[in-house]
Amino acid sequence: MSPSARLDSARIRKDFPILERQVNGRPLVYLDSAASAQKPRAVIDAITRVYEREYANIHRGVHELSQRATAAFEASREKLRAFLNAPHSREIVFVRGTTEAINLVASSFARPALAPGDEILVTQMEHHSNIVPWQLACAEKGARLRVVPIDDRGELLLDELEKLLTPRTRLFALTHVSNALGSVNPIAEICRLARARGVPVLVDGAQAVPHQRVDVRALGCDFYAFSGHKLFGPSGVGVLWGRSELLGAMPPYQGGGEMIVSVSFEGSSFKSIPHRFEAGTPDIAGVIALGAAIDYVEALGFEAIGAHERDLLAYGTQLLSEVPGLRLVGTARHKAAVLSFVLDGIHPHDVGTILDREGIAVRTGHHCAQPVMERMQVPATARASLALYNTREDLDALVRGLLRVREVFA
Amino acid sequence: MSDLRELYQSVILDHNKRPRNFREPEGCNRRAQGLNPLCGDKVTVYLVLDGGRVADAGFTGAGCAISTASASLMTEAVKGKPVAEIEKLFDRFHALVTAEPGAPAPDDGELGKLAVFGGVREFPMRVKCATLSWHAMRQALHEDGSAVSTE
Repeated sequence: MSPSARLDSARIRKDFPILERQVNGRPLVYLDSAASAQKPRAVIDAITRVYEREYANIHRGVHELSQRATAAFEASREKLRAFLNAPHSREIVFVRGTTEAINLVASSFARPALAPGDEILVTQMEHHSNIVPWQLACAEKGARLRVVPIDDRGELLLDELEKLLTPRTRLFALTHVSNALGSVNPIAEICRLARARGVPVLVDGAQAVPHQRVDVRALGCDFYAFSGHKLFGPSGVGVLWGRSELLGAMPPYQGGGEMIVSVSFEGSSFKSIPHRFEAGTPDIAGVIALGAAIDYVEALGFEAIGAHERDLLAYGTQLLSEVPGLRLVGTARHKAAVLSFVLDGIHPHDVGTILDREGIAVRTGHHCAQPVMERMQVPATARASLALYNTREDLDALVRGLLRVREVFA
Repeated sequence: MSDLRELYQSVILDHNKRPRNFREPEGCNRRAQGLNPLCGDKVTVYLVLDGGRVADAGFTGAGCAISTASASLMTEAVKGKPVAEIEKLFDRFHALVTAEPGAPAPDDGELGKLAVFGGVREFPMRVKCATLSWHAMRQALHEDGSAVSTE
């Protein structure tokens, strides 16, 4: 690894103003980035700059500010294209987040294609947002939702996947990285299997984009969805990438201003992609600030981010395995920096409350992935999720906190 | 740290470790389920209602220390009491755990052992844990058979 591919933790932490604050009288130890990541100064400043210097509605006005806002908004679209290595910037649709991206595909791609007896395939490790939209579509069309199982480590069973890709499968929707377990799915290999059977693939990339380079062409998927807020950008803005030949054939998702060519009471005609899917005034500042977030992670580089997080994951896995009565939930061979665990005889909710008193923020509960909890036979877990600004010291603090939990419950 | 000790009092830890009335009582004629979608807690409360009085009570399910101890202590507290008295007890308990953080615990001595939940008011995120079984119990009393949710 070249010296330039190493993260300077002390410098990076200075980029995130919130990491300087105290919580419950203790320095904040933020281990909940899989729920939402903190924001660097560059993103916060981008939002302020938009509203102070270049804000107006986009794609509408002939005036200077509208043109500048439009240019900045569309420059963000191009950044997103480059970020995903997508062929065309028109394939980047701005949405509110991963959930809306999936609902858009469920409404405009899956629903029109589904006939009674057809199947949509998901996996057992999905977030509820990659289950429920498909359930709704299947229920409406008399189609079946089928599920690829996972093993005890939290790895997808590829043999089962091959059996479940049938001539009735209209779409396979799966996560790139499991939010509850950290498992990283072999998306390129999976897309090859699906493609060989003519099944389009939607990838939920919400948990992948903060940790690794995503190249939609190399992955070979058909749709890729993620949220800005997990990528150090603002909440309320996200991205759906889709192959232009698929997006171009899809009917609008929401009707309104901005997405039309002409409107009369006899009928309306719609713009081409991506604008057809962007009805109404979007989160202009949010999209521009998401561009700033991408500039931020690109400047650090995914090689360095990946190396840093692999080190933290290995260190944290070792440390946690030494805590008496602790069991890691999710031990896939290829994992993102997520440490989900249970403590013998102590409910995760109690763990979370006691850690919070130590200034340590973890997520506790089912992580919007109840089927995963059922599969792993736990009612809930505590989850420490790491990002580029975390350090080994954060993990040391977590272990001290867990020993404190054991003390309270002794 | 003192507020943690206030929350996790020894009575609560004891009832978490060894929940009382953790069963479906014989002759159970009322039941209701409580769900907390935030943390996945699930509790089923069983009552033997006999002429306007709760003759026996029990619960099953899985939850955090606060919700388990609360269900356990609740079943002890309501056993043998008339429904009207249980409603008053619920109001007192609810006032106790939802009081402003930092304010003195509103306990007029009528709560008995249930007063150990006074520490919950310092942890607004945990109020639902403490009240889950109580909501289920009231649902069972009013017998509409549906599950209650803290949402």
